[in-house]
Amino acid sequence: MVIKRREVLASSAGLLLLGAVGARSDEPPVPGATDDVLVALPGKKPLIKRSFRPPNFETPIADLREAFTPNERFFVRYHLADIPEVDRRSWRLKVGGSSAQRSVEFSLAELKRGFEHVSIAAVNQCSGNRRGLFTPRAAGIQWQYGAMGNAMWGGVRLRDVLNRVGIKADALEVVLDGADRAVLPVTPDFVKSLPIERALDENTLIAFEMNGAALPHWNGAPARLVVPGWTATYWVKHLAEIRVEPKPFDGFWMKTAYRVPTGAFAGARFASQETPQTTPITEILVNSLVTSHSDGARLARGRTAELSGWAWDGGSGIGSVEVSTDDGQSWRSATLAKDLGRFAWRGFHFAVETSTTGSRALAVRAVSRAGARQPDKLTPNPSGYHHNLVQRLTLEVA
Amino acid sequence: MNAREVRVAAAVATIWLLLAAGWALAGEEAIQLRDAPGRDVTTAFCATCHSLDYIQMNAAVLDRAGWEKSVRKMMDRFGAPIPDEDARKIVEYLGENY
Repeated sequence: MVIKRREVLASSAGLLLLGAVGARSDEPPVPGATDDVLVALPGKKPLIKRSFRPPNFETPIADLREAFTPNERFFVRYHLADIPEVDRRSWRLKVGGSSAQRSVEFSLAELKRGFEHVSIAAVNQCSGNRRGLFTPRAAGIQWQYGAMGNAMWGGVRLRDVLNRVGIKADALEVVLDGADRAVLPVTPDFVKSLPIERALDENTLIAFEMNGAALPHWNGAPARLVVPGWTATYWVKHLAEIRVEPKPFDGFWMKTAYRVPTGAFAGARFASQETPQTTPITEILVNSLVTSHSDGARLARGRTAELSGWAWDGGSGIGSVEVSTDDGQSWRSATLAKDLGRFAWRGFHFAVETSTTGSRALAVRAVSRAGARQPDKLTPNPSGYHHNLVQRLTLEVA
Repeated sequence: MNAREVRVAAAVATIWLLLAAGWALAGEEAIQLRDAPGRDVTTAFCATCHSLDYIQMNAAVLDRAGWEKSVRKMMDRFGAPIPDEDARKIVEYLGENY
């Protein structure tokens, strides 16, 4: 495999520094203070810079208003700083492992030619999205709302590829490795695993397209895993190798990182990785986000104002979105927009009453088709995962 | 230079090699940690693997004990080759300044 380092990174012309969104000073940061900086990675529109190296960039809420988040505005998340630009033509995906019948290398052309093409609309959300809003605070990338997006992913089923190489009866997990690496050879490489049953789910894809275009470099070119309904930690980018194995994979990023207290959250279990204390994070919890207005926004009296945004969950689909205008005493249903598929987000809108001046304290919560509802309290977990609190915002009619 | 200063100097040189090789994104070089004792050793070791905005970003989250845990994690889990004496200085610097 020929891997070329991205020369453009060395050039400051490749980056557009747009300056601070809020005031900055030398004073200690105040929790919740806005000192976000917008920076454009090569090929991307300006995103909120959380860290330069490895690159972690989130999408501003205002750029999450489209049903399908544009590729150049989609968030970027890496754990390790050595990120090669993989050449699409010479790229090969190695598929094998102890529980595979044989080992096969596929080129991109062979994947495209040899298997049924599948497209699926799905939310891609970082496990730690909204970590920066967690109480108590949790260390790590201090994401706000934008470590997520919705896209139409195109590729082939992982199941079809695995069946082509043959799966032995003792297969337990499927191990996924990407081309990105650590700076120090001793640092654990970012390698993930999935339970065999999730790997063989018809919705799990090896994707090489995003919103109809070739997968962008910063989102995993030439191919990444797409695991609709599961958090983005499993959506391994720059796929290089896939192994079917009979034993639980014991790498750092499975046995230590991306874990939650066992039994704390609903959703799929990852039995082969579970201990009495902790278990891997799996499915996305029911959640919603108002994208039309931010907290404190002003509305003109007597003018129609429509609150809108998105609701999503781990794949049951959205049953309803409820809005309270009396601090949670009573709730009314928002109107749901077109259903883009059970793994995609679902639009909602709600008319805000503006006939009199004053504050409108709103609360918004989604309910999944499985009956799960956004909570009023966070479930504590050390890494600050699964923030899905009911969103509260106050609008001022003036 | 004593042995430790040589190591720090080598680590600093490594960072500039990484920057020159295009591992780092432009813009990163503008990040400066607060000027106080321990800044150089902190910059040298931490910036080998990640940009220094990780420190600024977690300043509101971590107290001294949190920084100590974080530095230990970098050494024990991620293999950062930080001598104990330097690790103490880094924790002291981060605890005092962030």
